[in-house]
Amino acid sequence: MPDATELELIAQELRADPGLGQDAVLGTLHFRDRGTIEVAPAHIRPALAKLRGRGYSFLSSVHGVDYHPHEPRLGVHYEMLDMSAVDRLTVKARVPTEAPHLPSVTPDWPTANHQEREVYDMFGVVFDGHPDLRRILMPEDYEGHPQRRDFPVGGEPVLFTFNDSQ
Amino acid sequence: MTETPTQASPDTPAKSTYRQMEESITLAPIEEQIADWGGGHETQELLTLNMGPHHPATHGVLRLLVTLQGEVVRDIKPIIGYVHTGIEKTAEDKAYWKVIPVLERMDYLSYYFNAMAYCTAVEDLAQVEVPKRAQYLRVIHLELNRIMSHLVWLGTSALDLGAISMFWYCFREREQILDLFEMSSGQRMHTRYFQVGGVIEDIPAGFAAKLKAFVDVMPSRADQYNALLHGNEIVLQRLRGTCQLDAESLLQLGVTGPLLRAAGNPWDLRKAAPYSSYEDFDFKIPVGTVGDNYDRFAVRLAEIYESVKIISQALDGLPDGPHITTDRKIALPPRHELATSMEALIHHFKLVTEGMRVPPGEVYSAIEAPRGELGCFVRSDGSSKPARVHMRDPSFVNLQALSSMAEGSYIADLIATLAMLDPVLGGIDR
Repeated sequence: MPDATELELIAQELRADPGLGQDAVLGTLHFRDRGTIEVAPAHIRPALAKLRGRGYSFLSSVHGVDYHPHEPRLGVHYEMLDMSAVDRLTVKARVPTEAPHLPSVTPDWPTANHQEREVYDMFGVVFDGHPDLRRILMPEDYEGHPQRRDFPVGGEPVLFTFNDSQ
Repeated sequence: MTETPTQASPDTPAKSTYRQMEESITLAPIEEQIADWGGGHETQELLTLNMGPHHPATHGVLRLLVTLQGEVVRDIKPIIGYVHTGIEKTAEDKAYWKVIPVLERMDYLSYYFNAMAYCTAVEDLAQVEVPKRAQYLRVIHLELNRIMSHLVWLGTSALDLGAISMFWYCFREREQILDLFEMSSGQRMHTRYFQVGGVIEDIPAGFAAKLKAFVDVMPSRADQYNALLHGNEIVLQRLRGTCQLDAESLLQLGVTGPLLRAAGNPWDLRKAAPYSSYEDFDFKIPVGTVGDNYDRFAVRLAEIYESVKIISQALDGLPDGPHITTDRKIALPPRHELATSMEALIHHFKLVTEGMRVPPGEVYSAIEAPRGELGCFVRSDGSSKPARVHMRDPSFVNLQALSSMAEGSYIADLIATLAMLDPVLGGIDR
């Protein structure tokens, strides 16, 4: 895990990159020995590419979070792993529910394919440029994004033939 | 009412309308097609075949849309979600300690790992120190669970390859492990043994002796499996050199665990980033060479021996001390204190009714499960229920590698690869 100074250096490096610019990094957080960098949604692909060059070459997890009632509500976390230095770094991007668009990182990281589909399925974040953005766990004709905090639990009809005819 | 059949001419017998209709159908176009297939076009024909969601060789409710060119697999589309039960959503509605039994039901072959990933994440958030004895007890149960999971994998995989007897041998040893689980926790599966801050109870009298007996017998049993399978020409021919995938492609696809180690990359979180006192134990990481099905098979089989080594070291070096943290804001006070201490009673009441409160924050922590990196992301908003729990299940990520592995090989090798991939659909669908 990078220490607080190291985290700031990484953030500086991202800001200094000509492809990213000063506004690419929205903030850093060092919490419980873990580093998190919040990146502007539009810059997520070049930011991850830059981190890959820095050694974080394994994308271990992509998952979504609903920050309800805080805005922007939806967050997507990218857990980066440096296997030679055994170091982890979380990259976070947040998008509002009104326009939940984020560039897909699947072209650079094939592992993100199913995980981005899951985030789309559960939170409704649309990953632009994803080769096959469909629901993955919920049925194709399902309405709504069940993992959002304002989505109620229960009341789900069981898909039996008997219920279908009702 | 009924139409009279057409008047029969003297030389032909009378026919019903139905017979006439039947005769009007000609099979000629189909016969022409069949004749056409022989003309060198058969290699162009693609057949899309649906495997599952209840195919005996899919190890769960997995559905594969397989496009075949003759016997050769050209494209695989896994379709999942059939056993999605919304466990992550359910977890948001439960107090921290009540989440554990729900999460254990995700990957139903590695329930101790599910609980461990979640507990380490919550312990990191709440900054709880886990006593050394609890860490060792956790290691013992985790490694027993790893052996158990590998035994189920070995038995069912051998079944897919046509070796039925292996299944019974593997389940014989699995039964011994489940008996041990029952002894320490009262449950054979989904034991709820791991708690935030330690384990729920110390091991009972007689557990150590029974575990020792198991540890003594297990390597010889694994030798038997080795002899049975490594000496079997059919198994070797089905596995060797099939569905190879190199370490670089596996890393791109996010594959971890035995599948990655089979390709020669010795990445194992127990060695790389030790947790729960794994640094105290002397064990090796089995690695393969080329990353074919044989390597995947051999690596898992070798891991059984290493797990046995870890268990016997943990049992011999089991330190004294508490089995769960003494922090009363996290763990229940011992039963006898309730009779004498008002404070203990209040803590007990608060924990049982409301549950522990965890400081706000977000933590992702990962452990090495039998199938690879099992990560748990927990977000706390400061209340007594987690605001978000996400499991990065290794089966879910590893499944993406199936098409890269099996495309271009025979459908029989696809079955073998699926067996060696060892997906658990409970973990994939969650």
